[in-house]
Amino acid sequence: MIINHPLLGPRDAQEFVYLGDARLIERPDGLAEGAAQALHDHVFLRDNPAGEHRELWFHEQGDRSWLVVTRNTLTHEITRVELARDVARAKGRSK
Amino acid sequence: MRYSGLRVIKEALTGHRGWTPVWRDPAPQASYDYVIVGGGGHGLATAYYLAKEFRQARIAVLEKGYLGGGNVGRNTTIIRSNYLLDGNEPFYEFSMKLWEGMEQDFNYNAMVSQRGIINLFHTDAARDAATRRGNAMILHGADAEILDRDQVRAMYPFLNFDNARFPIKGALMQRRGGTARHDAVAWGYARGADMHGVDLIQNCEVTGMRIENGRILGVETSRGFVGAKKVGVAVAGSSSRVMAHAGMRLPIESHVLQAFVSEGLKPLIDGVITFGAGHFYVSQSDKGGLVFGGDIDGYNSYAQRGNLPVIEDVAEGGMALMPIIGRARLLRTWGGVMDMSMDGSPIIDRTHVEGLYFNGGWCYGGFKATPASGWCFAHLLATDRPHETATAYRFDRFLKGLAIDEKGQGPTPNLH
Repeated sequence: MIINHPLLGPRDAQEFVYLGDARLIERPDGLAEGAAQALHDHVFLRDNPAGEHRELWFHEQGDRSWLVVTRNTLTHEITRVELARDVARAKGRSK
Repeated sequence: MRYSGLRVIKEALTGHRGWTPVWRDPAPQASYDYVIVGGGGHGLATAYYLAKEFRQARIAVLEKGYLGGGNVGRNTTIIRSNYLLDGNEPFYEFSMKLWEGMEQDFNYNAMVSQRGIINLFHTDAARDAATRRGNAMILHGADAEILDRDQVRAMYPFLNFDNARFPIKGALMQRRGGTARHDAVAWGYARGADMHGVDLIQNCEVTGMRIENGRILGVETSRGFVGAKKVGVAVAGSSSRVMAHAGMRLPIESHVLQAFVSEGLKPLIDGVITFGAGHFYVSQSDKGGLVFGGDIDGYNSYAQRGNLPVIEDVAEGGMALMPIIGRARLLRTWGGVMDMSMDGSPIIDRTHVEGLYFNGGWCYGGFKATPASGWCFAHLLATDRPHETATAYRFDRFLKGLAIDEKGQGPTPNLH
C-alpha cells in the first residue's frame, strides 16, 4: 500500500506503524461523570467496519507525524490522508 | 451411516454404490430452539456438542457461504495447549483432550497427529520464560519439557543453530501438540451434527436480528426470517459486522493473516517448529508441502488477502531459522480474516440482549480451540452458565481490569 503523505508525497506503508481507529483521537474527559465507562469504550471498543475506515498511522521511519488515513478495509484502497494534527484541531483541540 | 474399516471393504467389493451424501441440505424451518450463526469450525462444533452432549434439539446452523469456507479452511492446522495464564491454559488443555478423542467421538478421520510442537528459545532469559510456561502447563495437567540444544539438533539438524544474533539454545516441547486436517475437522463436526438432527443451512446470510423488549426473537436472513429462542454467534472475522445488528460494538478488530505452503517435498519436518526470535512457524503436511506463517498484516482488513511486505517478512523469518527453506518454491499463499481482540484472548459470553450469545475474539489461535470452543459455547447456550474452563472469557473483563493478555501488549490488537 502507498500512503500519500500530505507533506512528503507518496510513501510506502512499510514506513508507517498502524494504531487503529481514528476515534482514538477523541479521548473522553477522565474526570467527567461516568468516566470509567467512557474510557472503557474509548480504549477497548471499536467500530471495525467492512468498508471505509478512518485510522491512525504513524510515520515512524519518516517525519514522525501522525496521519488519519481513510482506507477501505475490503479493497485496501486509500481515499484520503490528513494530518492527525489538523483533524484534532478541527475538533477544537488546542495541541 | 457410520464409517468403519468393514464398511470400506464392503463398499470396495460392491462398486462403491452405497456411499451417500455426508449431510443433508435442508431448507430453513420457520423457527428453532437454537440458531447458531456461522458454519465454520466453532459453529459446527457448538451445534454438534449442543445436540450430542447437552441433548438439545431443534438446532440450526446458518452459514452465509459453504460449510468450513472461512478460517477453519485457511489456517496452519496446529493444535497445542502451551499457554501461560490461568484464564487460558485450562481451556486449551480441555481442547487438547477433546482433540485426542475427537475422531472416535464423531466417527470421522480428522487426521489428528500428535507429532509434537517445539517453541525455540535463543537467550537465557527466554529459557527462563519457557521453563515458567512449561511449569504452568504441567500445573494445569498438560505436558511440557525443556529440550537442550543437542536434543533439538538431533531432531532438526538443518536449523540455523549458530545464527550470530539468535543462536538456538533449546526449546519448549509439547509432545501432545501437533496438527490436524483442518477441513476434515469442519466436515467431521458437520456430519456429526447432521446425524444428531441439526439443520445445516448454507448460502444463508444473516442480514439482521429481530429484537423486542431486550429479547431476541430470531434472525433475518437472505432466505427469510428464522425464529429462535436462543441465537449463538460464532463468525470469527465477521463478528463486528454481525453483532452490529444487535447494536453492539465489540472489543475486536478484524485483521488479515496470511499463510503459505511450499511445493511438495520429501519428509523433512516431522513435528511443528516455532521460531522464538521472529514470528515464524512451520510444519509439513502429509502431502509434503511445508506449511508456514508469521505475523498478521497489521491493519484492519476484511479482504481475505494480504500484501507483499508480510510475505517478505515471513520469508526472512524462514531463512533465518532454516536456510534450507530457501531451496523450496512457494506454491500458494492465502489470507483469512482474524477477529483480533484487545487482549489476544477470546470471548464466550452472554450479551445485553436476552437469548443472544457471542463466541469470538479468537485472534489467530482459533483452530486449536475449535473443540473446546464448541463445547463451552454449547454449555453456555444450554445451561446459561459458563463452562468451568471458560469463566474468564467475559465481555466485562476489560472494564474490570481482568484482561487475559498472554503477550502483555495492551489493547493493541495488531500486536497480539
